[in-house]
Amino acid sequence: MSPWIVVISAFAYLAILFWIAFRAQKNTEQAKSNTKAWIYSLSLGVYCTAWTYYGSVGKASRDGIDFLAVYIGPTLLAPLWWVVLRKIIRISTVQRITTLADFISSRYGKNISLGSIVTVVCFVGIIPYIALQLKAISESFEIITQGQLTNSSSNNILKDTSIYVVASMALFTLLFSARKIQTTERNEGIMAAIAFESIVKLVAFLIIGVFLTYGIFHGFGDIFSQAMQNDTTKKLLTMPNSTGYREWFWITLLSAMAFMLLPRQFHVSVVENTNENHIRKAMWVFPSYLFLINLFVIPVAIGGLILFQGSGVNADYYLLNIPLHFDNHLLALIIFIGGISAATSMIIVETMALSTMFANNLLIPLIVGSEKLKATFSKNLSGISLWSRRLSIILILLLAYFYYHQLNQYYSLVSIGLISFVSVAQFAPAMLGGIFWKKGTKAGAITAILIGFAIWTYTLVIPSLIGNSAAGQSFLENGPFGISLLKPSALFGLEGFSPISHAMFWSMFFNIVCYITVSLNTAQSVLEKNQSEIFVDIFKYSAIYESTVALKGKASLPDLEAMLAQFFGTERTKQVIRLFAKKYEIDISDPSHPADYRIIAYAERLLSGIIGSASARIMVSSILDEEEIKIDEVVNILKESQQILSSNRELTRKSAELSNALNELAEANNKLKENDQLKDDFLSTVTHELRTPITSIRAFSEILYDNQDLEEVDRQHYLGIVIKETERLSRLISQVLDLERYESGRQKLTLVKVACSELIHDSLEAMDQLIKEKNIAVELELENPNQILICDRDKLMQVFLNLLSNALKFIEDNTGRIIIRSKVVEEIIYFEVEDNGKGIPAEYQQIIFEKFFQAKNQLMRKPKGSGLGLAICSKILDLHKGRISVSSEENSGAKFSFSLPAKLDQELKEENTGI
Amino acid sequence: MKERNSKQKLIALAIAAAVLLNIPILETVNKPVLLFGFPLLYFYVFLVWLALIVILFRLSRRNPS
Repeated sequence: MSPWIVVISAFAYLAILFWIAFRAQKNTEQAKSNTKAWIYSLSLGVYCTAWTYYGSVGKASRDGIDFLAVYIGPTLLAPLWWVVLRKIIRISTVQRITTLADFISSRYGKNISLGSIVTVVCFVGIIPYIALQLKAISESFEIITQGQLTNSSSNNILKDTSIYVVASMALFTLLFSARKIQTTERNEGIMAAIAFESIVKLVAFLIIGVFLTYGIFHGFGDIFSQAMQNDTTKKLLTMPNSTGYREWFWITLLSAMAFMLLPRQFHVSVVENTNENHIRKAMWVFPSYLFLINLFVIPVAIGGLILFQGSGVNADYYLLNIPLHFDNHLLALIIFIGGISAATSMIIVETMALSTMFANNLLIPLIVGSEKLKATFSKNLSGISLWSRRLSIILILLLAYFYYHQLNQYYSLVSIGLISFVSVAQFAPAMLGGIFWKKGTKAGAITAILIGFAIWTYTLVIPSLIGNSAAGQSFLENGPFGISLLKPSALFGLEGFSPISHAMFWSMFFNIVCYITVSLNTAQSVLEKNQSEIFVDIFKYSAIYESTVALKGKASLPDLEAMLAQFFGTERTKQVIRLFAKKYEIDISDPSHPADYRIIAYAERLLSGIIGSASARIMVSSILDEEEIKIDEVVNILKESQQILSSNRELTRKSAELSNALNELAEANNKLKENDQLKDDFLSTVTHELRTPITSIRAFSEILYDNQDLEEVDRQHYLGIVIKETERLSRLISQVLDLERYESGRQKLTLVKVACSELIHDSLEAMDQLIKEKNIAVELELENPNQILICDRDKLMQVFLNLLSNALKFIEDNTGRIIIRSKVVEEIIYFEVEDNGKGIPAEYQQIIFEKFFQAKNQLMRKPKGSGLGLAICSKILDLHKGRISVSSEENSGAKFSFSLPAKLDQELKEENTGI
Repeated sequence: MKERNSKQKLIALAIAAAVLLNIPILETVNKPVLLFGFPLLYFYVFLVWLALIVILFRLSRRNPS
């Protein structure tokens, strides 16, 4: 294919990348949280580099399923993200940590030497990995333009494609990442571009997969059944015994660690995380991404082997060679762009992460640590942080470029991916120990990383460097000085491992042993102790972190402000300090007073975001008149604030409970008082009511007793009154008892079926005598006389009798009239008893259903009766789930209406079963 | 309480998946035979993988904090 088409497409692709980054950068504010979660999840796909893209197929065509272990590792880790990754993110946010080196050095007391060791290890381990990406791009360019690899490295630098790649990557990273002095600020533009690249490489891989599987072969079944017929390909369908499993296990473990610890992964998953909840989406999206991108690897590998049997085509580039073989240039171009996307995304993020690491852990500590250098740059300290990062970017890319050119022949580039993984895996014990184990010390971490790095160098780097010379060969085969126990490929006689699992085993073994034993035998400094408390218990502390003590010492506020002003400018410094002081109510009005410790801690954290925690520590210490404080003191301060917080919370909860209880108590008391009052009223009314008949009985009995010679007629009359009053007395007593039964809830209903009309006729019959005496008319207007009612017959009759006798009391003889009505609406029966008596004044209509209502309202006409009748009616209807009311106008009669459900038994049943 | 519970489910899931994708279980499916046209080993690994994704999807949907 014409190189120009390829070059133009490649640059068009890069232009799209720039455009996306630019757009996303501008629209940061509008982006929705869901979009951000998707970008976050997809940007994790930066894990899949060109080595994955082209190399997986090559590896699969040699070792079968082995290649998958690299993706199974991170997948198995995914469920734990919510536990581990979230903790790392929280710590990094709280402490403004922006790189892996910063994280580890912060945990172990913001130590510079630890930070620089981590940086150096990353550099040595990762630069070759970046070089590998350059190699992939230039080789794929060669294949797509010339049809094959020529292996003739051109001396003309301008004809070398990788120099253009390096240049455009440098431009991109410089433009979008090293813009602001604060590294804590997210690079939304770059992340959107990276997410886009993840999609491009996935789609490209899926296209070639479908093309090969369904376009050239007849589906998966076809490819695999052809694979079964050939010994070379059949071997790929299973794992070789023992060595295969061992390899699988170690590489799974290795890649799980690398996934967390590669600088680019740390950058996308921790530093670029804007919301911890995005992890939830990433937890299933990322494993799905890996699933899809690996789905067609084996079919493509086997398909390639079948297509190019013995023709010497490099299996690493089957992806490109397959479309070229079928003269499908468009598809080849798509694959090429997919490869570029895989390589560039890795280069961009890795460079960005490494440059910050390099600047913050090597360059800036050097400058701020030396008085002379600091004085030279003092006018423009904020510029230093920016420029050292920019310089680092260029430095890293140039190093990768030269590495690719100079060491290409010594170093087998294909194995570099896993070798890099092993180098960063050396941070795992210090990192995981750091966030879950408070006892880990700086000395332990440094020893662990150094020994792991040494073993990594000895077992993996040295063999690949010296393998070409004769002396090197003998060193490798017989061990140094002929000591076979020290052979780099079989250290201490450990045979039968692949170089990677062998190196992984020994480096991890010594790394972990050193980390634990050295940690247990060394002491932590004050700051270390402080940091270890915060790191391990971050979820307890993050809320109160801002007011915990990180260091104790005196500094004047103007000094502190002057230092911050070098980075933020005078205006902004004053503003942030003022805001912080206001938030925590710190008095900053007196400049001669030493600055509050919280302001000092805050200043240090602000600086950490710009120049890394170790450098920030140096800067702050330089103006701080620091006192020596004891470890116990730090721990106590931390514990105290923790306790105050939790006891405060406890106190608030308790007092809320208390005030609730108090309210309830007051309410109960009020109710009691009310009841007490009611009881008193009741008693006084009852006694009053009882006294009236007793007084008249006594009066008449005395008359009879004193006057033995009374006329027979008079005697009869008086005795009649005594009898009547006695009856009234006993009626009253039985009513009081009734009422008491209703109120205490002891009254039970005896339910029977009875027809409406029967109830009414029986009641009228009982009143017949009185009605006849008064000579009045009773009219019945019953809409459905045969309606069956389930009720307590006697009780309901009592209601009727009460209402009728009330009506009879108030109507005139001869002209009086009583109307009884009934109707049924929706299973509810309504009754009305209407009279044409005096009626009831409006102000009394509400209260006539209270007991002894008459007694309380002595002004009212005094009728006959106890005054308990209506109260009892109301109680009876309550028991029947009904209600009673009255409507009346003065002098035109009264109308009592009451209603109750026709099928009371069902209502009660439902109530009992709790519906 | 809920938070704790879902954390424990996730840890259990990671352990289960790690056991399923290692020896000795892997040994039992490491045979040169085809199942539904796929080599048994690949079929098994991808199936476990898919199941893991589905469970993770469901767990991550539930009780958002």
